[in-house]
Amino acid sequence: MTINETQDEIIEEFELFDDWEGKYEYIIDLGKKLAPFKEEFKTEDHIIKGCQSRVWLHAELNGDNVVFTADSDAIIVKGLISMLVKVLSEHTPEEIINADLYFMEKVGLQQHLAQTRSNGLASMLKQMKTYALAFSALKN
Amino acid sequence: MPQPQTHQQPIPSMMTTTSAVSFDIERIRTDFPILDQEVNGRKLVYFDNAATTQKPVAVIEALMNYYRGYNANIHRGIHTLAEKATADFEASRRAVRDFLNAPSAEEIIFTSGTTMGINLVAQTYGRHFLKAGDEIIISGLEHHSNIVPWQMLAGEKGLTVRAIPVLENGELDLETFDTMLSDRTKIVAVNHASNSLGTVNPVKEIIAKAHAVGAVVLVDGAQASSHLEIDVQDLDVDFYAFSAHKLYGPTGIGALYGKRALLEAMPPYMGGGEMIKEVTFEKTTFNDLPYKFEAGTPNIADVVALKTALEYINAIGKSAISAYENHLLTYATEQVSQIEGVRIIGQAKEKISVLSFVLDGIHHQDIGIILDQQGIAVRTGHHCTQPVMDRFCILGTTRASFAFYNTIEEIDKLIAGLHRVKKLMA
Ligand SMILES: Cc1ncc(COP(=O)(O)O)c(C=O)c1O
Repeated sequence: MTINETQDEIIEEFELFDDWEGKYEYIIDLGKKLAPFKEEFKTEDHIIKGCQSRVWLHAELNGDNVVFTADSDAIIVKGLISMLVKVLSEHTPEEIINADLYFMEKVGLQQHLAQTRSNGLASMLKQMKTYALAFSALKN
Repeated sequence: MPQPQTHQQPIPSMMTTTSAVSFDIERIRTDFPILDQEVNGRKLVYFDNAATTQKPVAVIEALMNYYRGYNANIHRGIHTLAEKATADFEASRRAVRDFLNAPSAEEIIFTSGTTMGINLVAQTYGRHFLKAGDEIIISGLEHHSNIVPWQMLAGEKGLTVRAIPVLENGELDLETFDTMLSDRTKIVAVNHASNSLGTVNPVKEIIAKAHAVGAVVLVDGAQASSHLEIDVQDLDVDFYAFSAHKLYGPTGIGALYGKRALLEAMPPYMGGGEMIKEVTFEKTTFNDLPYKFEAGTPNIADVVALKTALEYINAIGKSAISAYENHLLTYATEQVSQIEGVRIIGQAKEKISVLSFVLDGIHHQDIGIILDQQGIAVRTGHHCTQPVMDRFCILGTTRASFAFYNTIEEIDKLIAGLHRVKKLMA
């Protein structure tokens, strides 16, 4: 699936919810189901410091694709992370660098990417792109 | 006295207040236009008053009237607008003097807020009078703005900063404080009330003990000033700092009270216009108090509106305000305590209306997000008091802080909101 196909799939899923509660229940559920993050990666150099919640991000190359794993100590952020990982993971560095992420806005979660939320999500997205840039430079 | 209409129960303490003005919550709420709005489809419940308070119409209008009617630079002009602006500016200084019961208006210095007041004292008194080996005592309850300025000074001058420990209930350990005091102690800087736990500190006692070893005392009044009666003469405090925005006034303005003898002995803080008497390239003589510490064109509009905020508070009366806020705090504490898994952080005997708590197994940020979805504004995190969080081995709390325009119904909404958080997170 392309990055945009995954985004469209998420947008479609969110159309099922007509109130905030259903939406957040779903995000919380995604948070709970996020693939476990290796304890050995929960180190200072994997941490993305937001003011309120901590986010850990790890990236590695699998063939041509970048594989992201991530975690947070706050469950809603974890759910949001899970969506970002689902959209961006397993794609080439170039695809990630050029990705236009529109799904957060479409599903009404744009405020969580705002810097003022200080939850590390915006910094996490930036860090994902930075990893992609680094892998891309490594290849060329 | 009429009962606030939104209450189910009478407030006994309200009946004994000596305030001449009745406390009419419905009318008070109409003075704060911002409260009448929906957030995420729900009526806003604003419980972030310890961060900043909302502004009554009178304050908003004072700002507007100033800019519409008599904006002019003060002190130097001889035209009519400048004279009116100067008169209002200086009238505000006298209003602050009365608010703090300071001996004279010359001992009131306008600042940008509490943070600037503390930095001013650190960089003038501290830098001029302290020397290597001297000690500054702060407390484990301080806001970062009453920690970092002293650390910066200490780093520069080879001083030691020590903190009074915090007891399990959120009160200061005064027995240990006694053992920390010595002739090396030169400054004691503590808050009057804690922003993260609500603890009201026994500053009068702390001041007396500090004076006994010859130290000067700065009290950070950022939180206390909107809740408690402040009397700098009764406290015998050397410096007292507060911010207008936590007092129903504008942002970007505050005041520092200092005892005249200390202010006169201190060097100026910033150099510039207003703070000088005569300038030649050889030598500058500094202006008299308080202008010596007010370099540059001051924040005239906000100073003018600060007076309006103080008048608004005085009209309701501090005793009526604290009686009503205590009632809100008691009710909220009872109700929140009944939620399973809640731990209240900070259970001092005397508190301002701040309720900090953690919910077992739920991150404070998740609580904040879900409450916000329900239109309820609380603060989550460390509240700029990381040492307090470390003391209680937590990363942060959820903090609801109440003002006199809040109601019991709103607290009920918070409780319902917290039950929803628990249901969603279960
Ligand atoms: C206890 C305390 N001290 C100092 C400050 C700093 O005040 P300001 O940011 O207005 O300078 C605050 C504000 O949160 C506070 O609560």
